[in-house]
Amino acid sequence: MQKSVWAPRRVRKSLRIRRPGSVLANVLIYLVLLLISLTCVLPFVHMLAKSLSNEAYVIARKVFLWPQGFTLSAYGKVLYDQSIVRSMYVSVLMTALFTLLGLFLTVCAAYPLSRKHLKGRSFFTFMIMLTLYFNGGIIPDYLLIHKLGMLESLSSLILPLAFSAYNLLIMKTALQSSFPDSLEEAARIEGAGYLRILWSLVIPLSKPIIVTIALFLAVGRWNAYQDALFYIKQRADLRPMQLKLYYLIVAATENFQSSETVVAVRTNPEVLKAACVMFATVPILCVYPFVQRYFVQGIMIGAVKG
Amino acid sequence: MATEAAKQKTAARALRRGGLARGLRRDWELYLLLLLPMLFVLVFKYGSYVGLTVAFQDYKILKGTGVWTGFQNFEKVFRTRDFARSFRNTLLLNGLDLVVGFPMPILLALLLNEVRNRYFKKVSQTLLYLPHFLSWVIIGSIAYQLFSLSGIVNTVIEGAGGKAVPFLQENTHWLVSYIVIGVWQTMGWGTIVYLAAITGINPELYEAAIVDGASRFRQVLHITLPGIRATIVTLLIMNLGRVMGGSFERVYSLMNVATTEYIYTIPVQVYRWGLESGKYSQATALGLFQSIIGLALVLLSDFAAKRIGEEGLL
Repeated sequence: MQKSVWAPRRVRKSLRIRRPGSVLANVLIYLVLLLISLTCVLPFVHMLAKSLSNEAYVIARKVFLWPQGFTLSAYGKVLYDQSIVRSMYVSVLMTALFTLLGLFLTVCAAYPLSRKHLKGRSFFTFMIMLTLYFNGGIIPDYLLIHKLGMLESLSSLILPLAFSAYNLLIMKTALQSSFPDSLEEAARIEGAGYLRILWSLVIPLSKPIIVTIALFLAVGRWNAYQDALFYIKQRADLRPMQLKLYYLIVAATENFQSSETVVAVRTNPEVLKAACVMFATVPILCVYPFVQRYFVQGIMIGAVKG
Repeated sequence: MATEAAKQKTAARALRRGGLARGLRRDWELYLLLLLPMLFVLVFKYGSYVGLTVAFQDYKILKGTGVWTGFQNFEKVFRTRDFARSFRNTLLLNGLDLVVGFPMPILLALLLNEVRNRYFKKVSQTLLYLPHFLSWVIIGSIAYQLFSLSGIVNTVIEGAGGKAVPFLQENTHWLVSYIVIGVWQTMGWGTIVYLAAITGINPELYEAAIVDGASRFRQVLHITLPGIRATIVTLLIMNLGRVMGGSFERVYSLMNVATTEYIYTIPVQVYRWGLESGKYSQATALGLFQSIIGLALVLLSDFAAKRIGEEGLL
């Protein structure tokens, strides 16, 4: 088996050397991939360089991929701005609570719905899956949050999206294969209740998928700002990082709180913007290399359906 | 040993047997677990469906009620120029996304599959997946830093003797930038499914092709591509089903006040009418229109996928 997998590669390698056209093709393939990969990383290198540069060099358009007139003052200003630090705190708190709640709900629903003998299983599954393909939409969601009295509160960013049909689908599919019915039946014969089985068998056996779902929830919540834009209008102290960034940089309707009391600066300085973007991106960039593999796993389960 | 197996078998049969009452008594713990998630679905998803009735009313949010008006809101909405524009923009942006964005992951996956150096492959994959993990606000902020008239890209263009390009400051340029940025964000992530499909191809097919003297290009054309055809067709159908969807956040992060021609997609229009101007009924009607067409397209694409023998999504 091992042999039949590796043999063709060796054969191809020897053929490739003999063919001059093949060398050219190889160079082209590597070059194209290199260029495309660079477009994914160079923007960040540029932003980082800008954020570490002296303002004057940035205005003179002299900063490319390396900082000019190195200074950390932009980051100092970002950290000095209480509203940015506060937004970071709101984001971390919101993401942590959202992930815990979402994980709890997803596990609670996925385990029963992955048991084939459960009466009404297809009815419950249909009820949940329908919400994946048909949702109320922006205004009905808003009116609901309004009626529940949850506008201008952190709960409007935590509760409504915590339980998603997509995550349920992935976890349910994973449980069906990682925890077979026969194992459960054996535990039942030993006299274990379902809650006990869930706690001491299913959860320990499904750690990888639980980590995957937790990451789906956390990254999704961290990045989204649409609901915050709709529901948090007045309470500036409840703005998550992404919404704060939106007001600061995209819409540019807000200014950085400056330590200097002077100048009514109309636009936010480019260096500050760059530092702010890096400040908000670094958490993702730090965890990204480690979480990527779990995401790939989850997407493979999800790709089977939906 | 044998009795153990027999015991398990009868137990398994007993599990599947029995009426509803027996099932309830036996599985009450499972239903207990289901209780809270179902409550969340009922309140936040089905509760939101209740708000759809606003589309058939003349709704006043301060009173919290409205007068029933039947389909009047829809008639009103369909007659506005905003409706025609948002409908056109939704189809245009999603259509272009599909035409430009769909083939890219396939091409990238084919290229990645030809890479023999494991480290190069791993590093480039890691870099290519990165944009998928960033929020639209971050991407929008970076885009404006890079592509503004005094941004680095125009600095390079002018340095090479060219004229500054208004990438995000003029309607048509904005449209192109919007599509390119979207493709950039999704293309790497999209390769995962195709790369998985490629590993499922029987290696003996390549062996045979090499013996027959097929070049690498011909191997890709006649073995790899046909090998992932089913995946391509399924994903294409699924994507066609989403052509009425569309991301609010993506448009909202990339737009600016100077380029308004293409930014009014249906979700943006709904937001403008509803939450910014207080025309809740009209906005809900427009949103419902989009949801229903979207659902119909998904059902249709699911039917089509099953017709050609694929699994479908429902």
